[in-house]
Amino acid sequence: MSNWEILWDERAQFWSGFLSTLEIFGLSIMGAFVIGCGLLYLLEGSRKRLTTPLRIFIDGMRMLPFLILAYLLYYGLPSVGIRLDAWGAGVGALAVYHGCYFAEIFRGNRLTFPPGQIEAAQAHGFTKGKLFFRLLLPQIIMQTRPLLGNQLIYALKDTAFLVIITVGELTAAANSLSSTYFIPTEAFIVVIGFYWAISVTMEIIIKQCGRFSAKRGFDNV
Amino acid sequence: MSEANTSETAAVSIRHLSKSFDDVEVLRDVELEVKTGEVVTIIGSSGSGKSTLLRCINWLEKPDRGSIHIAGQRIGVHDDGRPMPVRELAKVRAQTGMVFQGFNLWPHLNVLHNVTEAPIHVQGKSKREAEELATALLEKVGMSQKHDSYPNTLSGGQKQRVAIARALAMQPAVMLFDEPTSALDPELVGEVLAVIKDLSAEGYTMVMVTHEMAFARAVSDQVVFLEKGLIIERADPETFFTTPKTDRVRKFLENHDTPSSA
Repeated sequence: MSNWEILWDERAQFWSGFLSTLEIFGLSIMGAFVIGCGLLYLLEGSRKRLTTPLRIFIDGMRMLPFLILAYLLYYGLPSVGIRLDAWGAGVGALAVYHGCYFAEIFRGNRLTFPPGQIEAAQAHGFTKGKLFFRLLLPQIIMQTRPLLGNQLIYALKDTAFLVIITVGELTAAANSLSSTYFIPTEAFIVVIGFYWAISVTMEIIIKQCGRFSAKRGFDNV
Repeated sequence: MSEANTSETAAVSIRHLSKSFDDVEVLRDVELEVKTGEVVTIIGSSGSGKSTLLRCINWLEKPDRGSIHIAGQRIGVHDDGRPMPVRELAKVRAQTGMVFQGFNLWPHLNVLHNVTEAPIHVQGKSKREAEELATALLEKVGMSQKHDSYPNTLSGGQKQRVAIARALAMQPAVMLFDEPTSALDPELVGEVLAVIKDLSAEGYTMVMVTHEMAFARAVSDQVVFLEKGLIIERADPETFFTTPKTDRVRKFLENHDTPSSA
């Protein structure tokens, strides 16, 4: 029996790891997106005593290796009485970490937002909340689409770190098969294929979304 | 109370308005009354404070002193000096429609949705009601063929006409025009001025900052000349353009080669 045949027989393990990776990735990027938007909203026109700690938090997260954050949430939090399971700690760490990156991407774009449009909205009686959700956020998302796509790929790759805090995802499946049968090369080549498949699908979706913003002139800038 | 009474009939009533940027006084004790149905043009050289005056009317600039009433409602601060909460300010602001030099359309929305956005999401109109109104207004500005177009595909003149429809859709007590043709190619100026002229004929109340002298002369009921933040001359257009009282205005008009009649 060749090594590839062994892996084929164990395909159920890959499949469940793949589904688990998809689930973790999907939930954490949704969480990250909400956190990113929330941080942008809080930074919008707020007082310094709120924006300064927020900026420190965002920068602090961005300067932290992701693995350390995952360790902290999983192994560190129990010492202060908060016990998360590996899965919860993993999704939470990914959401917060990449949420801060999202926030930073949005914030950078916000700085170049034409002030005239905001004045026009104010002159038409918009208040902060509606102005943010109806006018600012949609445009910022359309404009930062390529950067967001890039960040999603980072987030996908960071899910692989969760093997270290015992989450049973794709890399964990490969890890276990490679050590059971001692066929690391083949096992890891298979998971590379899975990660590539997810990334390529994501790229295609993001490219399709680009047609939506190109129609509005956002991709010519 | 007496102040509120005098402003009751006026669309805009400005009293003792002053404003400084750092050490520079841009508006000095400005008084201006715009009656309903009246067209007032503000003229002056750049830096005279005319745009600031216009932007104070809807509180895009906060004046340092003085009061502004829109259709009898005070904007920005309450009579006892308390600043107005944002929601209340937004309500009074919605009584004004502003057209900007740089159009400032919302690029992610098509033409129709640019016009319906504020009526639906600020005024709470139903989608159908807002779209009917928008359709009528886009027809009025000659843009009914472009409902589904996005701003990036329009010419400057078309953008400005959509911006006018967008402001009109608020059904404001007063329309404010801040140099509406200054950013346009010369051959596109006419189409925008024609729309504004139609509006004046229909009895809309308007306050306008412009450099188009012939146009100002043709549409205004009152012309105001600002110089270093002071109103140094105000008159009906005939008097203003034919027999200005001050040397300053005479000189200004000479440099703007005003046609003898509009």
